[in-house]
Amino acid sequence: MLTRFLLAGLDTKAWVLLSVLAVLAVAVPFMALAVPPTSPWSLSMLTVTLLGKYFCYALLALSLDLVWGYCGILSLGHGAFFALGGYAMGMYLMRQIGSRGVYGNAELPDFMVFLNWKELPWYWHGFDMFPFAALMVVLIPGVLAFAFGWFAFRSRVTGVYLSIITQAMTFALLLAFFRNDMGFGGNNGLTDFKEILGYDIQAPATRAGLFVATVVALAIGYILASAVVSSKYGKVLVAVRDAESRVRFLGYDVEKVKLFAWTLSACMAGVAGALYVPQVGIINPSEFSPAASIEAVIWVAVGGRGTLAGAVLGAVIVNYGKTWFTGVLPEVWLFALGGLFVLVTLFLPKGILGLAGDLRQRLAARRSRAAAGSNAAKEATAP
Amino acid sequence: MKASYTMGAVAGLAIYAASGMAVPALAQDTIKVGILHSLSGTMAISETTLKDVMLMLVEEQNKKGGVLGKKLEAVVVDPASNWPLFAEKARELLTKDKVAAVFGCWTSVSRKSVLPVFEELNGLLFYPVQYEGEESSRNVFYTGAAPNQQAIPAVDYLAEKEKVQRWVLAGTDYVYPRTTNKILEAYLKSKGVKSEDILINYTPFGHADWQSIVADIKKFGSAGKKTAVVSTINGDANVPFYKELGNQGIKATDIPVVAFSVGEEELAGIDTKPLIGHLAAWNYFQSVSTPENEDFIKKWQAFTKNPKRVTNDPMEAHVIGFNMWVKAVEKAGTTAPDAVIDSIIGVSVPNLSGGYSAMMPNHHITKPVLIGEVQDNGQFDIVSKTPGLVVGDEWSDYLPDSKDLISDWRAPMSCGNFNVKTGKCGGKGT
Amino acid sequence: MRCTIRRLLIAAALLIAALPPLAAYAADLPALVRGLGVSNYDELDKAIAKLAETGDPAVAPVLEALQAGDLNLRKSDGAVVVAKRAGSGWDLFDPLTGAALGPAERSAVERIRINNALRRSLGAALGALTLMSPDPAVRRSAAEAVFKSRDPAGIEILDRAIAKETDAGIRTAMQRARAAAVLNTDAPEAEKLAAIEIIAARGDRDGLGLLNTVVNATAPDAVKAAAREAIGAIEHRLALWAAAQNLWYGLSLGSVLLLAAIGLAVTFGVMGVINMAHGEMVMIGAYSTFMVQEMFRAYAPGLFDLSILVALPVAFVVAGGIGIIIERGIIRWLYGRPLETLLATWGLSLMLQQAVRSLFGPSNREVGAPSWMSGAFELGGLTITYGRLWIVVFAFAVFAALLVALRRTSFGLQIRAVTQNRRMASAMGIRTPQVDALTFGLGSGIAGLAGVALSQIDNVSPNLGQGYIIDSFMVVVFGGVGNLWGTLVGALTLGTINKFLEPYAGAVLGKILVLIFIILFIQRRPRGLFALRGRAVEA
Repeated sequence: MLTRFLLAGLDTKAWVLLSVLAVLAVAVPFMALAVPPTSPWSLSMLTVTLLGKYFCYALLALSLDLVWGYCGILSLGHGAFFALGGYAMGMYLMRQIGSRGVYGNAELPDFMVFLNWKELPWYWHGFDMFPFAALMVVLIPGVLAFAFGWFAFRSRVTGVYLSIITQAMTFALLLAFFRNDMGFGGNNGLTDFKEILGYDIQAPATRAGLFVATVVALAIGYILASAVVSSKYGKVLVAVRDAESRVRFLGYDVEKVKLFAWTLSACMAGVAGALYVPQVGIINPSEFSPAASIEAVIWVAVGGRGTLAGAVLGAVIVNYGKTWFTGVLPEVWLFALGGLFVLVTLFLPKGILGLAGDLRQRLAARRSRAAAGSNAAKEATAP
Repeated sequence: MKASYTMGAVAGLAIYAASGMAVPALAQDTIKVGILHSLSGTMAISETTLKDVMLMLVEEQNKKGGVLGKKLEAVVVDPASNWPLFAEKARELLTKDKVAAVFGCWTSVSRKSVLPVFEELNGLLFYPVQYEGEESSRNVFYTGAAPNQQAIPAVDYLAEKEKVQRWVLAGTDYVYPRTTNKILEAYLKSKGVKSEDILINYTPFGHADWQSIVADIKKFGSAGKKTAVVSTINGDANVPFYKELGNQGIKATDIPVVAFSVGEEELAGIDTKPLIGHLAAWNYFQSVSTPENEDFIKKWQAFTKNPKRVTNDPMEAHVIGFNMWVKAVEKAGTTAPDAVIDSIIGVSVPNLSGGYSAMMPNHHITKPVLIGEVQDNGQFDIVSKTPGLVVGDEWSDYLPDSKDLISDWRAPMSCGNFNVKTGKCGGKGT
Repeated sequence: MRCTIRRLLIAAALLIAALPPLAAYAADLPALVRGLGVSNYDELDKAIAKLAETGDPAVAPVLEALQAGDLNLRKSDGAVVVAKRAGSGWDLFDPLTGAALGPAERSAVERIRINNALRRSLGAALGALTLMSPDPAVRRSAAEAVFKSRDPAGIEILDRAIAKETDAGIRTAMQRARAAAVLNTDAPEAEKLAAIEIIAARGDRDGLGLLNTVVNATAPDAVKAAAREAIGAIEHRLALWAAAQNLWYGLSLGSVLLLAAIGLAVTFGVMGVINMAHGEMVMIGAYSTFMVQEMFRAYAPGLFDLSILVALPVAFVVAGGIGIIIERGIIRWLYGRPLETLLATWGLSLMLQQAVRSLFGPSNREVGAPSWMSGAFELGGLTITYGRLWIVVFAFAVFAALLVALRRTSFGLQIRAVTQNRRMASAMGIRTPQVDALTFGLGSGIAGLAGVALSQIDNVSPNLGQGYIIDSFMVVVFGGVGNLWGTLVGALTLGTINKFLEPYAGAVLGKILVLIFIILFIQRRPRGLFALRGRAVEA
């Protein structure tokens, strides 16, 4: 029943994407771990972590597309949920360091020791247990999103106003996490992790494992999101996006419809953040910066808003571009990124996937026109 | 099969990305040196200069014939003021470009971000900025000042020469000011300053509206005792801070401000006439009059084709760090990190203020401490210089949890946090 | 004491002009001046003291030159000379007579350097020397200098100066200076009590600081008690003024927010375009100011005070022009898709930042303050800086001008018509594309004007705009999109709330609380403080 519900939403695009992910989940660890480094088919750890990072971003983009592409809520603060998930995971990883920190304090993280904290703040308790931390990864962003959405949707805050207050939310969190008095390490954030679930976090096998976990999470997120959008509820969601008042007059409870998608999306973003932190090795308040959230919006726009595969594609392409440009042409990186946004919005309003769709339609139209034309010609020449 | 083209593209891209990055480096006929400084984003304002100075140093060294008979090749990447990107770029430099050493980072968080990468891949990082201490890594060489090479001499100067009795410790809310102020507070109290004579204030990054805080400083300063401000305010926020000081008429002769993050580059953006006499503590000023420094300034201005381009302290730190690395590589006869880590300790090279700086076993260097007063032309007049060199102290003696720790990377100790009380490596122990 | 140095320089010029070269000095003056040629600060301090002891007004210009950093040591013969920049070298003058001593190579002289302690000694010495100056402004600052130095040696001169003084205000200042000096001596108790009374009448921070010194020092109990009482009175008075001071800070922060947001209120509020590149328009305005000032520095340094006034139209035109280009090039294709304009303009803002970084370099650029925007004045217990005052005035002037432009001109009428009903306006013969372009240009131009003002208080760097964009959006949304009055009230409210929270919560927490306040406020009033009503809302 559940399986059928989940699989029913998958179209061809989805199957292709899932197959690619499945191939990567097997091939990448194999190429990184088993193929000897001298072989041209060997993958460096750098590549594995990079790919892992792209897929974390892809999951974030996917969650954003769920609310923006299908529900019309442009969140300029999705980075906040991502970062909260990341912090929850970071706190777990900090507690795992134990007495291996530079001061050798088994209880307190280093940054607390040198700021003379005497004991662990209450909100750090429990994070030494992975199940608790994993729960918090989903719960904290989820609860925040639920509370925020509960108030905002009931008050019918929409459009630009909603976008701006999501921005205010992430900006307030940014400032709050910058404060050293909050007990999250201030600007330095959480870093210098040693191990996760007992495995050395720098070991190639752990990295490969984290990569596989990310790919699996992305696949699950994708299946879940496509099941949601292709269900009956998904139809209502799209209807809310296109004509909110009309849906309300038809008797639907628009607030609840929005709230569900919004909270689900925040939980997905939290998971993405949690997978991101052990792979990049640091979480710091700059993840809360409004600019980071806007960048995520842009991945979705580049890939194609309103198509789940587009969000994934956009996140991977833009971030690959970022990696490439900041290495090869650092000075022009911002020109390239900025120019990309301008060009995409002007010429590819539906993103790359939309462009592909358009081209195919046009091609099909031309073929049918050509076919019609030749038929007509045949008819005309027929005696 | 509608979407197969695009999805094929994804797969292709992933494989391309993978294979593109997997191509092993070609046989090396040059020695690569990584430069890891932000060229965009908020930190570009400070770090771009350091990239330029590194390019100049590499060019100079190549004119002299390179190192070990090979030319040096600079690999510049842009971590874009993004901390996770710092770690990623560091990994890229070490694994893909296979650089022999990396010169880079500015903020503490960027250093913290790359630290695990350098330790994992056994790379070398030369870090040129004054910082909060409380760290010593086998793979990092700290060529900027530790708190005892900047903050404490500055406070001593104010207490002695300006007879300051009341202190405002104003800083941006991040780890460097927090730690420095902790150390200073403990130090001042050990000198008999009472708690009510110390005011500590933190502001966010890029704080632009200083009206209330400057008014508070004025208020604090009207208690009938000579008052001074010790500023650990970070780069961007300094300009509005000094503008407000000037406008509210706080003169250096009344309430002097001594800053640890304001150098010639930062002053270039301010009209310094109202600020004459405010102080800064560094290990180098452009106004140092030594032949080495004049030569360096000439080369720098020629290299940047800008006769007004200023120099500053972190640039000197890179000059020292780079020369130390060159000397250590030549001593070791190889660029292999382990050999360089062994050979660099004890290496001593001329600094630009007329003396020699040596790399100590704790991976910090010896430096003179200079105190300068701001002039109307954006330069500093040096009003005090420590008679000898000061050794960088990585674990502050004024913090309870670090006073028993020392660092010595020579065999057999080879430990960054050796506890002299317990006689064990690994911090306080449990 | 605010503009002492400048005033003293003027005074120096006046003195040199007014006094014909004196034929005879006290015999040892040139020798004493030569004594300034030492490199040790302590010795220099003694040499200054010796010069000051002569009490000869001819010494004043020498000390002023030393204070201004113009006094140099000629390396060839050890003579102390005044050196003025002339091309790549120096023109030398005698410090006492002002007689020209001919040109010199750049390296032929070495500047005599001073530190803060010497600056204080110089201030005190010059204060005593210039109490009798014919210029009232110099006399006033001299009295302030003696007040600061509290040099008991000044009492005698002050007594003479007070007797001669005709200006009541300056006499009061001199009496206060005298009282300050008296408190620094072993004068009898009665005299000290009288002095405390005089200081207490000053009632400001400087007086408070002085009285605190008296309490901290050794003094008879009666004197200490009187000082404590006076301190209590001053502190009470200042506490009352503190609320007003906060209000002023709030007003001043509010007007900065207003300036930054008002251009956005036009592009975002009136046109519905989410212009993320708005901050970069502000930055371009600031860089225009920098360019204008560079021109002034190069070609007309004497008119530098006017540079800001010239920068205003330049910044408006440059930023407005770029705005029009952006509108014609990009935004006009995106009308009706507000969220897409957000993306495109965000991309644009990245490109503009990087362009400015490539053109001007990543570091801060120096924008100087004209003299009429420097310094501060006291109003009761308030300290008001001229720079902030002008920014408040300017913000309101821009607001008023914009309001008039929208309400009273035909262009404003067209803008309002297009905003309310584009198709109808078009049908009535209004060229809507042209109006769109000009409106966007207007909003950008105002942002440019804001840049001129912000260059006076903030960094002029490629990141300048980033610091204001979020605050501007908050102001516009809080006030209500599409309503200029909302923007005004929004900016002033947020500024004031921020400044009243800051003393209690600190700068960071204060800002966080303001953001939370905005989020909650939007829940109550989803369309801001002054919501638009009617059909325009749904469009």
